Amino acid sequence: MTKSPHSQAAPPDITVTNMTKRFGSLVALDEVSIHFKPGTVHALLGENGAGKSTLVKCMMGYYHADAGSISVDGTERRISNTRDAHRFGLGMVYQHFTLVPSMSVAENLVLGEEGLPAIINWKKKLSALEAFLDTMPFRLELDRTAASLAAGEKQKLEILKQLYLGSRFLILDEPTSVLTPDEADEVLGLMRQMADEDRISILLITHKLREVEAYASDVSVLRHGHLAGQGKVSAKSEASLIRWMIGRENVSKPAARKETKVVRTVLEVEGLTVNNDKGTVAVDQASLSVSSGEIVGIAGVSGNGQSEFVETLAGQRREEAGDIRVQGYPYSRTRAEMMDWHIHLLPEEPLNNGCVREMTVAENLAFRNFDREPNCRAGIFIDRGAIHRQARRLIERFNIKTQGPDARIETLSGGNIQRTVLARELSDNVRLLIVQNPCFGLDLKAVAEIRNRIIDARNKGAAVLLFSEDLDEILELSDRIAVIFEGKLVYETLASEADVHTIGRHMASHA
Amino acid sequence: MDAASELGWWGVLIAVFGGAIRVSTPYLFVSLGETLTEKGGRVNLGLEGILVMGAMSGYATAVVTGEPWLGVLVAGCAGAALALLHALVCNLPRVNDIAVGISLFIFGTGLAFFLGKAFINPTAPRLPHIELGAWSTYPQIRSALEINVLFIIGAILAPVLAWSLKNTKWGLVLRTAGDSSEATLALGYNLNFVRTLGTVVGGFLSGVGGSFLSLYYPGSWNEGLSSGQGLMAVALVIFARWNPMHCFYVSLLFGGATAIGPALQTIGITSNYYLYGAAPYFLTLALLIYSSSTKHRLAGAPNEVSISR
Repeated sequence: MTKSPHSQAAPPDITVTNMTKRFGSLVALDEVSIHFKPGTVHALLGENGAGKSTLVKCMMGYYHADAGSISVDGTERRISNTRDAHRFGLGMVYQHFTLVPSMSVAENLVLGEEGLPAIINWKKKLSALEAFLDTMPFRLELDRTAASLAAGEKQKLEILKQLYLGSRFLILDEPTSVLTPDEADEVLGLMRQMADEDRISILLITHKLREVEAYASDVSVLRHGHLAGQGKVSAKSEASLIRWMIGRENVSKPAARKETKVVRTVLEVEGLTVNNDKGTVAVDQASLSVSSGEIVGIAGVSGNGQSEFVETLAGQRREEAGDIRVQGYPYSRTRAEMMDWHIHLLPEEPLNNGCVREMTVAENLAFRNFDREPNCRAGIFIDRGAIHRQARRLIERFNIKTQGPDARIETLSGGNIQRTVLARELSDNVRLLIVQNPCFGLDLKAVAEIRNRIIDARNKGAAVLLFSEDLDEILELSDRIAVIFEGKLVYETLASEADVHTIGRHMASHA
Repeated sequence: MDAASELGWWGVLIAVFGGAIRVSTPYLFVSLGETLTEKGGRVNLGLEGILVMGAMSGYATAVVTGEPWLGVLVAGCAGAALALLHALVCNLPRVNDIAVGISLFIFGTGLAFFLGKAFINPTAPRLPHIELGAWSTYPQIRSALEINVLFIIGAILAPVLAWSLKNTKWGLVLRTAGDSSEATLALGYNLNFVRTLGTVVGGFLSGVGGSFLSLYYPGSWNEGLSSGQGLMAVALVIFARWNPMHCFYVSLLFGGATAIGPALQTIGITSNYYLYGAAPYFLTLALLIYSSSTKHRLAGAPNEVSISR
């Protein structure tokens, strides 16, 4: 079966039957059967680790399922690699883009073409590409490099690439995690429209209920590798979807937000300019202030300078210009200052940025105070017993699930690593807390718990600066919200007056 | 008045020009080879070893068969074989290409010295050159315009490679492998295979560059032949921003720098000769400092190459 690029074949009818995949003793996927009707947007809903990715990787031929089968248009097919999948019209749009950054849009489109000739006649190719783009609901300039595209445009290019290669069954893996709300609306809206026109089928992997309700017609929910339920989206309430997803009706309520009086400014940043590793400006003359008893949330799409901002506040990166002051004094991010002023930090990817992998949980918990009484005697001798006792106390208080204080930190799950770092940073009384993406990749229960702890710190009078790529998280936690775009703080509002669409618009432009 | 003083400073310029072409040829081949290797996402620091091995094997072949072009071919194949070794070792998981490159550097030079002992004395036939300066009565101009054939091949190869990287399937796939391993895998290509091929072709070119040293200029085989040119070519690739055409220009620049000392000698300036001899090394150092500045963006660097991370 050969297929010319961008043929207008109908979308295939795909059925997955009793798909099972084990990794060692872990059953990642347990006899899952789903029928994907052609011309629909079918949502695959589930928490992180529920088996969504495993299922689609089995369908795409990345993994070899231990049992089960897949049939295309009624015929059972063996898909043992991506090329097989492409042959049957299956294509995947990845969460992490697979574009080649230095290449042009045209080169990226042509790259995956089957039977690409040894010598490429660009003149002919470019006119063919233009003709193809004319049949698409959105278009991109062919000569721009992929690196210069905005996140939404990259996503479009990924989708165009799959359509150009002849895929009629598109798997979108968490497509909105890197998009602003408006970009997400646009891209998913167009996908829905193409599906309604019966040109393609979409399998939408997500953990956001809002997206399921807005764009999908059918939904299947995975939980711990099982198919927890499926049906028409219109026939299901949000509550029943949540029950399928996490096994019970509701997660714990958000912590009560105590009225705090904003007393004094704790952190002041003025005209901060920071470069990234490549020497181009990442943070551009940013100014903000955070007072005790408030959470200031910085919203923004990933890669707009958040990491460089946090690294500078953490003392991991040198600023090019600007002032950072804590309680009115210049803050040069020494360990002594951090201790005196009780400045604490919960960085993104804490295993990489806030822990030493090979060290034990107890040692990682003692990073802030191992050189202080009672952990350190006479300023020289480390008292391992005291560090151990401190660790047991914190493990208990913060519900860290570990084999014990002596387990290496890298053996813990993501949520428990996050709890460990949080325990270390919050055990002291906190005056300034800087947090970045605290709940990334965690399950709903851990998310609720960690957010509660952050609110709790605020209620006790800490100034909290929260960087998050999850707009819902910003809206839930913040007292004030600012938007970072291309390193500039472009918009600020009180949370009580915040409007999602205004914020979303600023996340995508200076407007 | 002899011809040299008649030309005065022009003589220096002409000598630098001729020297640039002569000396740049090995740089050109090695840097083109390294560009291909790095475009695929790996750094091969073993080029120095490959260069020396190419010089030795090419010379030995020419001595034995009396056929210098056969020597060039054998040198290329020897380079390709060493590069294959580099590639195969790097294909293993968690192997660092820099470390492998350094051991290959030492292995290659050591092997060449060991096998080449017997060929230090005999004389091999030289590679041909084309006389473009026959119209002139000045011997300086005549000698400066003796263009060696390998240089011409290299000068043609540079635009051909630049074109191929843009306009052929293999060029695109190689650049993909160098820029994004995820994309390569997602496209269904075998990442290690693509990189192996890039490294081997790169090794072939570097080997050919080595044969130039022993078969044309300086034109004999001894153990001090290369004096670090293979390593300098790595710096040169960074300066040339992984662009074959820039490799060509930068090679000429390096060649010109090397030729300054001898050129000054022709008009009788002999003081500080060794200082001028160090010019290309100063240039390397300066270029590396310039291109490693944190402010200066390494545009064009393949993302997967460990020096650009």
